[in-house]
Amino acid sequence: MIAFWILAVVLVASAVFTVTAKKPVYSVVGLLVNFIALAATYLTLQAEFLAVIQIVVYSGAILILFVFVIALLSSGTRPFEVGPDKAPRILIPAVAIALLTLAGLTVTALRTPLTVIQSTSTNGTTGDANAFGSVANFGVALFTTNLLPFEVTAFILMVAVIGVVLIAGDETPGEEGARRRKRRPGVREPIVKDTLVR
Amino acid sequence: MTVSPESYVALSAVLFFIGVVGVIARRNPLIMLMSIELLFNAANLALVAYARAWVNNTGHIFVFLVITVAAAEAAIGLAIVAMTFRRSAHVDVDEVSALRG
Repeated sequence: MIAFWILAVVLVASAVFTVTAKKPVYSVVGLLVNFIALAATYLTLQAEFLAVIQIVVYSGAILILFVFVIALLSSGTRPFEVGPDKAPRILIPAVAIALLTLAGLTVTALRTPLTVIQSTSTNGTTGDANAFGSVANFGVALFTTNLLPFEVTAFILMVAVIGVVLIAGDETPGEEGARRRKRRPGVREPIVKDTLVR
Repeated sequence: MTVSPESYVALSAVLFFIGVVGVIARRNPLIMLMSIELLFNAANLALVAYARAWVNNTGHIFVFLVITVAAAEAAIGLAIVAMTFRRSAHVDVDEVSALRG
């Protein structure tokens, strides 16, 4: 009970900090606190494997990706956080739309018939395949009942990797690409902007 | 004394609310992507809470799939941001308007 409220306060505070932070790096730090608190919340809900996955995948992989992109983008001559953030101008409609979303979610959640099942299997020991939320229980469900979604997951990851290489990689390989790369100095000049926008 | 599942779902709705405000109000593409991660996490929290309420680990499987898709989405989104920034040095998504008619 106390753990839930502490975690709730930490979750909401870190989420607000993430959204309102001035620099993206501060947002990453707020998001890190949010992810770790969420992993602890998963533990209170007996989702042990998901708590570990939350730490490993989100805090370990995705946030590092964010940090690296911020570091790469701001390594030029000008700081990354340039230009006014137009938050105050559209803050009121944004909050209005988000409040509508919140109202919709609340109504939907309240109309859901929620009868909590108190089963004896929820109190099993860790490692028991019958204990709800244990790693063994999760693994059995993942590799028997839900084997096809698991395989589709592998396909999604492969498509994502190919897409990232195609998007972020230099589009002209070989000698032509090398010449273009040499011509492009460290200072970022708006090359495409002049030809496309105007 | 245990916490009711409604409390978790309400917390999830509040986190989703904060994430929606971030996506709409911020113009920095990186912070928008991070707000999208907040949305994913709010939905995951609701799924885990309902999975605990009805003792049924299909919700856990679904959260696992959502985390996978979120990883793919973050990688592709960050690649797009990096490419856009490399081409035109824009950090404001309103400035990226080459497709405007």
